[in-house]
Amino acid sequence: MAHEGPPVDTDHLARLYRQMFLIRRCEEEAARAYAMGKIGGFLHLYIGQEAVGVGALAALESKDHVVTTYRDHGIALAKGMTARAMMAELFGKETGCSKGLGGSMHMFDAANGMHGGYGIIGGHIPLAAGIAFASKYKEDGGVTLCFFGDGAVPIAGFHEGIGLAALWKLPIVFICENNEYSMGTPLSRTLPTSEVANYARGYGIPSDRFVAEDVLEVERRIGEAVKLAREANIPTLVEVKTYRFRGHSMSDPGKYRTPEEVEARKQRDPLFRARTQLELHWDMARLDALEASVEEEVADAVKFADESPEPTAELLAPTTYDGPFAS
Amino acid sequence: MSRTLRYREALREAMIEEMERDPNVFLMGEEVGHYQGAYKVTEGILEKFGEKRVIDTPIAEGGFAGLGIGAAMVGLRPIVEFMTWNFSAVAFDQILNNAAKVRQMSGGQYTCPIVFRGPNASARQVGSQHSHAMEHFYTHVPGLKVIAPAFAADAKGLMKTAIRDNNPVLVMESETLYNTKGEVPDDQGPIPFGVANVVRTGKDVTIVAYSRMTHVALEAAEKLAKLGVSAEVIDLRTLRPLDEDTIVASVKKTHRCVTVHEGWPYGGVGAEISDRVQRLAFDYLDAPILRVASLDVPMPYNAKLEQQCMPQPERVVDTVLRVVHRG
Ligand SMILES: Cc1ncc(C[n+]2csc(CCOP(=O)(O)OP(=O)(O)O)c2C)c(N)n1
Ligand SMILES: [Mg+2]
Repeated sequence: MAHEGPPVDTDHLARLYRQMFLIRRCEEEAARAYAMGKIGGFLHLYIGQEAVGVGALAALESKDHVVTTYRDHGIALAKGMTARAMMAELFGKETGCSKGLGGSMHMFDAANGMHGGYGIIGGHIPLAAGIAFASKYKEDGGVTLCFFGDGAVPIAGFHEGIGLAALWKLPIVFICENNEYSMGTPLSRTLPTSEVANYARGYGIPSDRFVAEDVLEVERRIGEAVKLAREANIPTLVEVKTYRFRGHSMSDPGKYRTPEEVEARKQRDPLFRARTQLELHWDMARLDALEASVEEEVADAVKFADESPEPTAELLAPTTYDGPFAS
Repeated sequence: MSRTLRYREALREAMIEEMERDPNVFLMGEEVGHYQGAYKVTEGILEKFGEKRVIDTPIAEGGFAGLGIGAAMVGLRPIVEFMTWNFSAVAFDQILNNAAKVRQMSGGQYTCPIVFRGPNASARQVGSQHSHAMEHFYTHVPGLKVIAPAFAADAKGLMKTAIRDNNPVLVMESETLYNTKGEVPDDQGPIPFGVANVVRTGKDVTIVAYSRMTHVALEAAEKLAKLGVSAEVIDLRTLRPLDEDTIVASVKKTHRCVTVHEGWPYGGVGAEISDRVQRLAFDYLDAPILRVASLDVPMPYNAKLEQQCMPQPERVVDTVLRVVHRG
């Protein structure tokens, strides 16, 4: 896919590449920590999909809002969460973004407009519409990005959330990260149509559909939808074609995909593509230094997470109710 | 003659035998077929019965629960798997308003022979949205039957009864029990609902439990024996209908009662049992009935806090010691 925008701003590309690389490395370290028993429960990695979150969030202003699913670490980092806060949450520590109470699926960072990762498919889509509703109500010019998987399209929350946003003209962009599978089920067995973007038609809103291989292209295309939302309160449904390189979660043996299929997709890794683009403009020493700074940041985050204290039971009452505990 | 089976194998055998017995029985749910079941309960069933009777659904719990209810009203006998009972919340309206009501609001013209099943209550560190003990919500509803086996043989026998029952039956399984082994008679037939089992006899206190908590209660009883307290443990097996006769007979003997379940203490199965015991055995009670439940907060991710929130054998022991006036 040719990039038709203005000439590449290499500093900008480097920033996006750095974010993608940071996410990739954090996820790899999280997988290692999971194998060592330092992380528990479900762990859904974003490896392979980094260009979606990083490109989309690059199209936002800092006052804008993001809501996503349980596959949320990468998006949290792209929205400005520190690697320390993210990793410490995975480790279940008090210094984590949700004080170790939420875990992998529930990354929250209110100050940065990261309004959470959610575990029930579809449940967060109307909620995201509500955040967009509040922006319109307060007339603050904020835009909400709502991410979800291809597996969310059949569920009611998808239709009710988009229906309300379309009806009430809310400043929101619905981003379907179509990685072709919901757990072990290919899209062909969950949807009667091969294009998620088709669903926009019934709700009378614009749609877009493209492959997320070039992070700058993702930024440009989501940027158009963000502009429509911000300037005209028109929601857009964007289907971004992507692929996860790992299993659905750590417990998924992934037998439903052939090694050849996964390998072929890894050959088109958006992270390498961004690096290759950058290599045209930067010398190796500079790239190495950038990557070394990421390695340092990740190692620091893991150490921080490992050494942080655990939350104590005193946290449970004040995080259940605001005000006196009502039992 | 009997064989040692895992809990998940016992459930699977019951479904296979009932599907062989009645061509109107079919199985439907997320990943039940090609993926062989998210928790491998339905492994091999697709290969045995084919895609007509083993149906992989999209993520649309409200949709496929409702579809199952409709099919049941006109003669089919669906088994609907929820990947976990947490996701049944999305289908709650269908179960509450359609499955439980269609018989009465039609003046008895319809039956609704449907089974809803899946793992219930906590797993390990899966966080607040994935750790619900849903039986408390459903036992509230007239028109539904709710069962919660703790052992492989009961899982098989009760599942068979559930499939043959002409009413909606909700089968609460447990992810943490799926791997446990038990003796299952070769000719294990249907086990009638509403019959509890005394799984350990004792004279000082009656501990009433079900599902995984039966094992926790047995562990507690073992510890109590070392402290000189003889605990009788009742495994309810079915929650609605509830075998109050067995509970009351036991309390008349022991004069003390403690209930143990996952899920919150406000209302729920423990409160129901307390009501019945104080009504039916008031004159026999030597101490207040105490309940061991999950702590009254959403389930935290952090491993230690999660363990603190869940009922543990130690908490059962402490509670029992309080009712026998030794704590
Ligand atoms: C209502 C509901 N049903 C089932 C699940 C279990 N579940 C978790 S993730 C998942 C697959 C989702 O796939 P998709 O939406 O494509 O997202 P991806 O994992 O590919 O990012 C399922 C079935 C759930 N979390 N919520
Ligand atoms: Mg997907």
